[in-house]
Amino acid sequence: MTFRIQPAMLKIAAAAWLLGATSAMADTALEFTQWWEPELPAGSLRAIMNDFEAANPGIKVTLVSGPYATTRDQISVGAATGTLSDVVGLDGAWVNNLNAQNALADMNPMMDASGFDKTQVADIIKVDGKAVMFPVASFVYPVFVNMDLAAQAGVTKLPSTRAEFLEAAKKMTHADKNQYGWVLPLSLQTPSGVQNDLMSWVWASGQSMMADGKPALEGKPVVDMLTFVKSLNDAGVVSPGIATKTEQEKVEEFVNNRVGMMIDSLAHVNLIRKRNPKLNFDLIPVPVVENYTGKRGLPYASWGIGISAASKHQEEAWKLIQYLMSEKVNAKLVSLANAFPGNVNAKPDFVTSDKAFGKAFEIFKSGYLANEFTGLPVAEDLMTQFDVEAQKMLAGEQSPEQAAASAQKGWMAKF
Amino acid sequence: MTRQKRSHHRLKRAVAPYLYLSPSLLIIGLLMLLPMVTVIGYSFQNSAVLRRDPSFAGLKHYQAIFADPVFWSSLWHTLYFTCMSVVFHMTIGMVFALMLNSDRINPTLRNILRVLYILPWLFTAVIIAVIWRLLLEPNGVVNSVLMQMGIIGSKVEWFSSPETALHAVTFANIWAGYPLFMVSLLAGLQGIPKDFYEAADIDGAKAYQKLIFITIPQLMPIIISISLLDFIWTMQVFPLIWITTGGGPIYSTEVLSTYTYKLAFSSYNLSQASASAVVILLISLGLTLFYIRYQKAR
Repeated sequence: MTFRIQPAMLKIAAAAWLLGATSAMADTALEFTQWWEPELPAGSLRAIMNDFEAANPGIKVTLVSGPYATTRDQISVGAATGTLSDVVGLDGAWVNNLNAQNALADMNPMMDASGFDKTQVADIIKVDGKAVMFPVASFVYPVFVNMDLAAQAGVTKLPSTRAEFLEAAKKMTHADKNQYGWVLPLSLQTPSGVQNDLMSWVWASGQSMMADGKPALEGKPVVDMLTFVKSLNDAGVVSPGIATKTEQEKVEEFVNNRVGMMIDSLAHVNLIRKRNPKLNFDLIPVPVVENYTGKRGLPYASWGIGISAASKHQEEAWKLIQYLMSEKVNAKLVSLANAFPGNVNAKPDFVTSDKAFGKAFEIFKSGYLANEFTGLPVAEDLMTQFDVEAQKMLAGEQSPEQAAASAQKGWMAKF
Repeated sequence: MTRQKRSHHRLKRAVAPYLYLSPSLLIIGLLMLLPMVTVIGYSFQNSAVLRRDPSFAGLKHYQAIFADPVFWSSLWHTLYFTCMSVVFHMTIGMVFALMLNSDRINPTLRNILRVLYILPWLFTAVIIAVIWRLLLEPNGVVNSVLMQMGIIGSKVEWFSSPETALHAVTFANIWAGYPLFMVSLLAGLQGIPKDFYEAADIDGAKAYQKLIFITIPQLMPIIISISLLDFIWTMQVFPLIWITTGGGPIYSTEVLSTYTYKLAFSSYNLSQASASAVVILLISLGLTLFYIRYQKAR
């Protein structure tokens, strides 16, 4: 049997090839670098991208995914060499450096041109007046309380002020049983404890570590916070090993009933339940200074998003950002991530199905997101400097005032 | 053979070795020499890597790190960590090698000990760091045992106290590194002719005299070679210190490698980090040259 290619078949094949090639050429390929994909259920971010591609014919999204630290290094190098992806996942701590390198596009003109409703987003991160980042998903840091330890210690009312927190921590501490009221991770390896476990006390009371865009560490809010933390340490209610403790160890101690209270990311709720399904815990806002009745600042870490200044497809990149920030898509994404939404109208499904998340959502709604490290230059370096001074204070080498003054001097050199 | 053919043949013979060497020279050039030269270049630039058009900085970044007291304390910690590690690696390695080479120990027990003693070598730096963090944490096994034995009265924060952290991290490194010495010295011990010891026995030499006058001199080339290599490697240890203490508390375990890492990835000051890396390179280079000269002299 012989097979002959008919001229008609050739014509059809040529037409099909031409059609495919033209449509491939017409497609805009967007590159999106982030660390989110490995942290989300397998295939879920890709599915969202597929939906976006279906809604926006002609745009294809390539996900470039990796762990957080690798992504950070990749973005730093990409910014320096002008090879940054069109759309980039951002941490607030990076944006100042990236902006200094002119690596991020200003999204103000894009918002104006598209008539974007700015009131729908929880925050827009600006540096030098340029809108460089939107927080897509926020992981807030409330106080986790071990309710069994609290009940055994006779803590009937969960603390709302710093004084009440100290009293509760004292009651929960039994050093002979390796049980402590609070846990403070100040490892220099990951100095984020400064942001999450120290400065959160300042922000919770509506206070600030900055004044007129400059550090104000010698001001009353920070000195009072350091004095309070020192009083907790002097009272022996803080789990030992502060100077080398990491966030992961903090969670382990809480999971193993070794600490009564910790400030931690809501993202860890499922991990805590998995590690100890019997653990009975509740969530409360970070306690405030006496007589404070205003709105509470809620420390948070976020998955931010921005556009590369070097991108040739900024219009398409802006479409992707609008899509991810839209009410329904944002709700879907943050539901997958167990995070709170970047769109104020989005309501993730877990807040109704899960009591702990529901409680945290109430805290989230009644307060405001606060993280003053977002947008600061070399944020991690600033945390390291503050960390060292706090460690010196806790080791008894200096007073809270001296710690604040030394940190202020170090920070000013970086501004 | 014509003169032309002869000169062509001579040229081929002269070029041939270089052609054989070229793949490895290319790899060394690309993977070692090029990054090294690039880092040296960065150390003389302002905003290296972070700017596309960095300006020339001269010796500014070297001056900055030499003026930083944390750099000098890091250098001191590096020397303490390295010297103590090398001395104890050598001492423990020698003791264990002598034990494993001794006929007085039952062969079965000797084989079991051989496996046990070499175990630390099988673990990666990360595993070693995690093991020692768990053992030395305030509520860990070490404190518990020492308190029960009455050696300490209260929990010691081995890695979290500025007084003990450097010693603790050095101890962990000693534990991790002695098998290299042990294995090398054991091989050396097995190569010493038995005649030397028999002659010494006839002369009535005691055990310690045989050790001092036969064993150690015979092992000296191995001891010096391995000590120099260990010195160079230990100077550059990073993961163990980073994971156990992160250079803290209060810079008490900051060594040159963690100091450089923080400059690069915490401060994003890649120019100063490069200058610091060049200082480490120069120290290592000095030791390497010493090692090469020693090897040549042998």
